[in-house]
Amino acid sequence: MDAVVTVTHVDKSFNKKRILHDVNLTASAHEILGLIGPSGAGKTTIIKNIMGMEQPDDGEVTIFGNKMPNRQVLQRIGFMAQDDALYDSLTGRENLKFFAQLFGVKKDQLNERIEYTAGVVNLNQDLGKRVSNYSGGMKRRLSLAISLIQDPDLLVLDEPTVGIDPELRRQIWDELRKYAKDGKSIIITTHVMEDAAECDELLMIREGHIITHGSPDSLEKEYNVDNLEQVFLKAGKSNENSDNN
Amino acid sequence: MRILTITKRIFVEMFRDKRTLALMFVAPLFILSLMYFLFQSNTNTVADIGTYNVSSSLVKTIDNKHIKIHKMSSDVSAKKTIRDKDYAGFIKKTDGRLIVTYQNADQNKTGIIKKSVQMALIKTQIKELAAATKKSKAGLMKMQAQLQQIKKQLPASISGRIPAASAPKNMQKPSNLKLTQHYLYGKSNSSFFTTMLPVFLGFMVFFFVFLISGISLLNERNSRTLDRLLATPVKRSEIIYGYLSGYGVVAIIQTAIIVLFCIYVLGIEILGSIWVVLLICFALAMVALSMGLFVSTFAASEFQMVQFIPIIVIPQIFFSGLIPVANMAGWLQAIAHIMPLYYGASALTDVIQKQASFSAVIPQFSAILVFLLVFIVLNMIGMRKYRKV
Repeated sequence: MDAVVTVTHVDKSFNKKRILHDVNLTASAHEILGLIGPSGAGKTTIIKNIMGMEQPDDGEVTIFGNKMPNRQVLQRIGFMAQDDALYDSLTGRENLKFFAQLFGVKKDQLNERIEYTAGVVNLNQDLGKRVSNYSGGMKRRLSLAISLIQDPDLLVLDEPTVGIDPELRRQIWDELRKYAKDGKSIIITTHVMEDAAECDELLMIREGHIITHGSPDSLEKEYNVDNLEQVFLKAGKSNENSDNN
Repeated sequence: MRILTITKRIFVEMFRDKRTLALMFVAPLFILSLMYFLFQSNTNTVADIGTYNVSSSLVKTIDNKHIKIHKMSSDVSAKKTIRDKDYAGFIKKTDGRLIVTYQNADQNKTGIIKKSVQMALIKTQIKELAAATKKSKAGLMKMQAQLQQIKKQLPASISGRIPAASAPKNMQKPSNLKLTQHYLYGKSNSSFFTTMLPVFLGFMVFFFVFLISGISLLNERNSRTLDRLLATPVKRSEIIYGYLSGYGVVAIIQTAIIVLFCIYVLGIEILGSIWVVLLICFALAMVALSMGLFVSTFAASEFQMVQFIPIIVIPQIFFSGLIPVANMAGWLQAIAHIMPLYYGASALTDVIQKQASFSAVIPQFSAILVFLLVFIVLNMIGMRKYRKV
């Protein structure tokens, strides 16, 4: 499989506090990679280093063969941050259009892309409303729609399913699955085990360390348990022991 | 293209925020009107003074429309009277000396009294001088008459050698000089407001644009939309230019409203070209904008942004021409030259009051452009904080 994102030996500290310890990961085309861990584990910091918003103290990130940070590569990345990051006084459609234009979506495809991405998150009916009148879930969905607007080859989604109802969650996962099949690469972070089960490949993160990785099935087998939560707990313990040794 | 997209978005956001819109377009008019009326009434200051034992002729000469005289019938303490009756001054004559005591709470009134008393003294002296001259003239005539008398009594041989003295005819009569005054700029009734208008105009544009642009970029950062913006292939410079052009247009509209208001509602004359006024205000707004954007990098909240006002905006008022910079100490003048508003206000004053053409204000205008350039570059560097490329 072709590696889309490679993170090698990345260390990162803030105010002398070590946030990431020697993080290595590879995200490939046709694959959904899940970063799973409790809040504060360093998931968002990994995402920021991948996007080039932060520069690693040590190690490097390459995307599509380009060392990050790189402005041109951003054209091929759809990014959804943990915060909704929307313009409240604009309507949903205006938000989508704004980002579409920044990505240079052609005029004749503009409306088509807006309708399509809004459709993925069931927002077509609400595009004319101002975002200030949106509910939390609607904002989350609009934010996801924006990350899809330029038809990116790589999707980087930080906690995309927070505040989204189960039915729509299913629909979004089906859509992501379809993109992966089409050859896109997807990186998502989550702290929900149900989401983790949907991923092709999982990285479990705890206090800035990657404690284990593998597909959900192989992980359950490896640790000889029947759910991912148990895997996380067991892997965390063995990691602690190896640290102490 | 991306610049235009950002500009358009700023525009839409701005026009949907009615409060901010009112602040930008109505608040300056409100403040200007208020100042207009305040400075108008300032010209009719009347100082109350108490007098004791001052001759009524002197009192009459002191009296003018800016003075109101209260004669005291008994010898009272000047200080006490001023304190009790809130007079601006007290004049008292003792042993041939005129003693003036000022309240000096309002230096304006002190000045009026000082001037009036001095004028009165000069007038009295001239009168006395005139009276003395008349007397000496009469004396001279008498002496001449006596001289003639003596001459007649002298033998003819001597008297022939003495030139015939005639009465000095060339003794000049005091000519009544008429005063005609011309005003190169403005009119005789130009109020303080007219003089200060260019400064206020520059300040309003600077202040409001500085505040609003800075806060808007701050909001963009705090709502994380800046992160999202920087996750697109947009260049950092495109964001800066987008902001500059978006708020630049807002600044043009604001200036146009203020200028038209001053001309048509307040009836202020703008001697130079309105277009040059607009151009200078626009350039000034651009500097305010780039300064606001840059400063917002160092503020974590709107409140912290407001904290920059006393540091960055208020000092500029003092160097904008309210106090003549040429009279300042050397080091203060140096400070004035690093204040954008100093150049803006001076250019505006030249155009509005002295009918300067654009070419005449090119030096100030270029200085403003240098500030603009410096802050644009600083902004680009500042943006590196959020994305390295």
